[in-house]
Amino acid sequence: MTPYAVKLAFRHLFSHPGQTALLMSGVALGVSVFIFMSALIGGLATLLTLRTVGSIPHIVLEMPDRDPAVLNANPGAQVVLQKDLSRRDQIAIWQPMIPIIEKTAGVIAVSPQIRGSAFVVRGQAVSPVGVIGTMAGKLSDIANIDAAIVAGSGSLPADGILIGSVLARDLGLRVGQVVELTSDRGRSRSFRIGGVFTLGIASADRQSIYMNFTTARALFDLTTGVSRIEIKVRPATDAASIAERLRRSTGLKATAWTEDNQQLFEGLDAQARTGTIIKAFSLVTIIVGIASAMLLSIVRRQAEIGIMRAMGASRGLVISIYVLEGTLIGFIGAIIGALAAWLALLPLPPVSAVQSGGLPIDQTQGDFLLAIALTTLAAMLASILPARRAARIDPVEAIGA
Amino acid sequence: MTKAPILTVTGLTKDFGEGDTQTHVLKDINLAMEAGEMAALLGPSGSGKSTLLTILGTLMRASGGAYDMLGVDLMHASEAQRTEFRSQNLGFVFQFHHLLPDLSALENVMMPAACAAGRETASMRQRASELLDAVGLSDRRDFRPAAMSGGQRQRVAVARALINNPVLVLADEPTGNLDRESADHVMDLVRTINETMGSSFLISTHDEHIAARCQRRIELLDGRIVRS
Ligand SMILES: Nc1ncnc2c1ncn2[C@@H]1O[C@H](COP(=O)(O)OP(=O)(O)OP(=O)(O)O)[C@@H](O)[C@H]1O
Ligand SMILES: [Mg+2]
Repeated sequence: MTPYAVKLAFRHLFSHPGQTALLMSGVALGVSVFIFMSALIGGLATLLTLRTVGSIPHIVLEMPDRDPAVLNANPGAQVVLQKDLSRRDQIAIWQPMIPIIEKTAGVIAVSPQIRGSAFVVRGQAVSPVGVIGTMAGKLSDIANIDAAIVAGSGSLPADGILIGSVLARDLGLRVGQVVELTSDRGRSRSFRIGGVFTLGIASADRQSIYMNFTTARALFDLTTGVSRIEIKVRPATDAASIAERLRRSTGLKATAWTEDNQQLFEGLDAQARTGTIIKAFSLVTIIVGIASAMLLSIVRRQAEIGIMRAMGASRGLVISIYVLEGTLIGFIGAIIGALAAWLALLPLPPVSAVQSGGLPIDQTQGDFLLAIALTTLAAMLASILPARRAARIDPVEAIGA
Repeated sequence: MTKAPILTVTGLTKDFGEGDTQTHVLKDINLAMEAGEMAALLGPSGSGKSTLLTILGTLMRASGGAYDMLGVDLMHASEAQRTEFRSQNLGFVFQFHHLLPDLSALENVMMPAACAAGRETASMRQRASELLDAVGLSDRRDFRPAAMSGGQRQRVAVARALINNPVLVLADEPTGNLDRESADHVMDLVRTINETMGSSFLISTHDEHIAARCQRRIELLDGRIVRS
């Protein structure tokens, strides 16, 4: 690549400003499509992940299953497994584990819970519910109940409960009313409804009841242990590896949210593939556009190229002029396109603030540098063939001497 | 006074095509040129003038015979060697000027030197400027070809042919597109350059008036040299 090749490449571009501008805007358009797709696919993934992981625990710690082991796996023998139902699944010694869990890198919230099944009885209606007893101040650590309260308040006195809005509607319950709860241990107690929440998750809004930790202990006959420990981590995508670490440090069964949400990941994967295809098409468009424009330009300059060859220009010089010309069109067009896309995406709200119906476009996932690099590379590849063709032009034929 | 020959051609032939359609365009060409010579190449249309100039200019290979210039066997040299030889020792002027439309007159004159060096240098600029002075176009230095007359363009082309101080300038009907007055102007110029710079010229033409201004006439007829 000699300075003279650089000079001639720039001279060609500047001598035909209209044509150059048209070509570069074509490239710019392709690049903005590329960036827009990256930002949209990335934003969609972020939004769906946010929505999914926002209200669920990222890791759940429970007692390991006490399935009996088969001692003598004799082939052909019929084995009967009898599960031990004499003990309840509970984490008996949980307090010493809390500081260990809290110190684990990535963990941002830890919530020991008492869980159990119960019935709400109101007149002739009986509704099964899942009761969650949380410690004071930890109500909103997993699902943001405080923010989801639609009536009443989120405080949990000893005789207060919070219920989902669907359950409230089904049973015709309102804040301030008193209902009776019967636990699966056979204990009954009256509670005053302190608040109604809407999490937007059907199962939670229909079946969940939150109550005070100590009250739940009494209701479910758990004097010391807890049913499970729910954990939130950041970033949520690291849940699987953090769960593995917690499993080793606590000896408990650790289930990451990713295990229960395979469909989400498959969906996100499919989306990413679609995005990749669209991006690949925009690159192909750029390649085809530049290659055909370069071919045309070389046919038009046939005599010029011939005369340069006759006057001592090497094939290498001719190739470098045209490859550089194509690469410059790609690079400058890409910069323009990236800049335009950046400006266009600038006023859009961040994904976490997207209203329903709005497109979740995440500018930070626009892959700007990748778009510029790939486009420049594509433009270079696109101009190699035309350039080689230019270098093979026979001076005698081209000049018509 | 005898000068050493710069170029010798012996038994040179050029055939086009194969089999039935084969045409023998040049037949047994023998020719020598001395340094500083200015020769006219005459002959009817189709006699092979352009073909001979193209072969001498290393833009095309002969079918047979020998071609040596400045001690180099150009018949058997590689394509890269011929390209380098061409840029160092040969200048070209064609019937059509073939200037590069995106370059100014000065840049066009520098082009063959810049191609060889990979860059434009101050000394090239200086030399190109002198050549434009010599062809009487010092005031058209920064004009593009589109903004010049046919005669002016052809004079730029002559200046361009001289930028590398060629030993031999091959000119194929350089005045074929010009009116009498412009043609005379270009020929005056070639004459002056030939005398002051010592470059040899081989100029093909149909024009006796042009031929009369050269020291030597070489006549082609049907692919053979009938007088030289
Ligand atoms: N590429 C080619 N293939 C086949 N025949 C060719 C080719 N180039 C030239 N010829 C033939 O060679 C002969 C000589 O052509 P050339 O162009 O050298 O003539 P010329 O003397 O320059 O004629 P003019 O005065 O008209 O320019 C012609 O008969 C032409 O048809
Ligand atoms: Mg001819």
